[in-house]
Amino acid sequence: MIRTNSSREHTNREYELELRRLREQLLLMGAKVEEIINGSIRALIDRDSDLAERMIAVDRKINQLEIAIDELCMQVLARRQPVASDLRFLTTALKLVTDLERIGDLGVNICERVLELNGEPPLKPYIDLPNMTQEVQEMLHEALDAFVAADVERAQRVIARDKNVDAYYTQIFRELLTYMMEDPRNIFRATRLQSIAKYLERIGDHATNLGELTVFMVKGKDIRHAGKLSDGGT
Amino acid sequence: MSATVNGVAKAEPQPKLVVRNLTVYYGEKKAVGPVAMDIVGQHVTALIGPSGCGKSTFLRSLNRMNELIPSCRIEGEVKLDGDPIYGPGIDPVAVRRRIGMVFQRSNPFPKSIAENVAYGLRIGGISDSHDIDARVERALTQAALWEEVKDRLTESALGLSGGQQQRLCIARALAVEPEVLLMDEPASALDPIATAHIEELINELSEHYTVVIVTHNMQQAARVADYTAFFYLGELVEFDRTDVLFTKPSDSRTEDYITGRFG
Repeated sequence: MIRTNSSREHTNREYELELRRLREQLLLMGAKVEEIINGSIRALIDRDSDLAERMIAVDRKINQLEIAIDELCMQVLARRQPVASDLRFLTTALKLVTDLERIGDLGVNICERVLELNGEPPLKPYIDLPNMTQEVQEMLHEALDAFVAADVERAQRVIARDKNVDAYYTQIFRELLTYMMEDPRNIFRATRLQSIAKYLERIGDHATNLGELTVFMVKGKDIRHAGKLSDGGT
Repeated sequence: MSATVNGVAKAEPQPKLVVRNLTVYYGEKKAVGPVAMDIVGQHVTALIGPSGCGKSTFLRSLNRMNELIPSCRIEGEVKLDGDPIYGPGIDPVAVRRRIGMVFQRSNPFPKSIAENVAYGLRIGGISDSHDIDARVERALTQAALWEEVKDRLTESALGLSGGQQQRLCIARALAVEPEVLLMDEPASALDPIATAHIEELINELSEHYTVVIVTHNMQQAARVADYTAFFYLGELVEFDRTDVLFTKPSDSRTEDYITGRFG
């Protein structure tokens, strides 16, 4: 159960049920997104094409949930005119599903690259990539838990980890570049791996968004683009 | 901090009404208070809260209407542009000329449309008929009613629709040129279209007048008010800019009330 600022229930029980249903759907979507990311990463490490195919199918469920949650949010907005913490929860939900859906798509992209890579012999033993995947999986898991628990500190710890993921990406990119310079026959596989690293880096960005949205939902304070909104003009 | 109405920036807000330590008792029972509040001039302030929270009592104490209720006792002070409205030698009628009031149920006099608006002027000692005609037209125009009634000014006010009657009462209040307009649920007995007219009117009136409105309709407060005060159990719980109060209230009781988690 996602806690918002008030632990009390609405006087209107139907409204309360609608919000509860919305929370449940968000949790389900979050669980599906974690499943697809964890599965696609296992498919990468284990070179498991069957698993990659199965994960691609999970994305359809995520897309269905995105539509259902959007619809539910629109209904509550139109019929209940939510305010204060309810309004922040609703607008957060609307943005959250977009990030979750994008993460699902990136999971599919990883699976597609895995299928391409599995048609070839391995380029090299993975060293940094498993570390990067672990960091991204933990960020996603923590971001979803922070949202569920409405835990601002936990959300902020997720945001702070994004720089680790960025550093891994830079490191992996540099290493793959040396493989490609060494032998042009490595380029097909190296660019696939580079894409996967980029997808993971993007998932880290979306997990960061989830953290920022959670902070806004709980505290009503927008922490996005901190100190970077000034246009330098008047 | 500057506010805009219809996209036009207003001057720095100045408190028009300063309320300090205001407490109202009915007999031994405290109805509301102590309240401290600065009501900003030429803006709309909404008072919200559940029935019996003291918001209407507070509103009436802003133009000394509570004194008409036996057993009512008032402590504390209210100042209008620095002038106290309570105190020995201060005429409540003079106060009410500067601070007008519109009620929940439209209550036109059983007289013609024009006479309803002219009534307060005549009581106030204006007898020149040209002057009165001009003031009646001005008040009806300000109340967004002139176009609808200019050809039937001599007809009975009781023949107007509910929404028109309420705007007539607003015109009647405006005719004596008050500085502050108090409104007690001015749209609660009206249909949505008449309500929209009144809300648009409130918005326009705040260009020249200071408006304080009591409403049970929280969406209405959110729509029309620049500032909102939440009363609960006779206490002023929270008073803030409307956009802040409805997105990020600081008191959990405000949060519970506006999100519908009370009672």
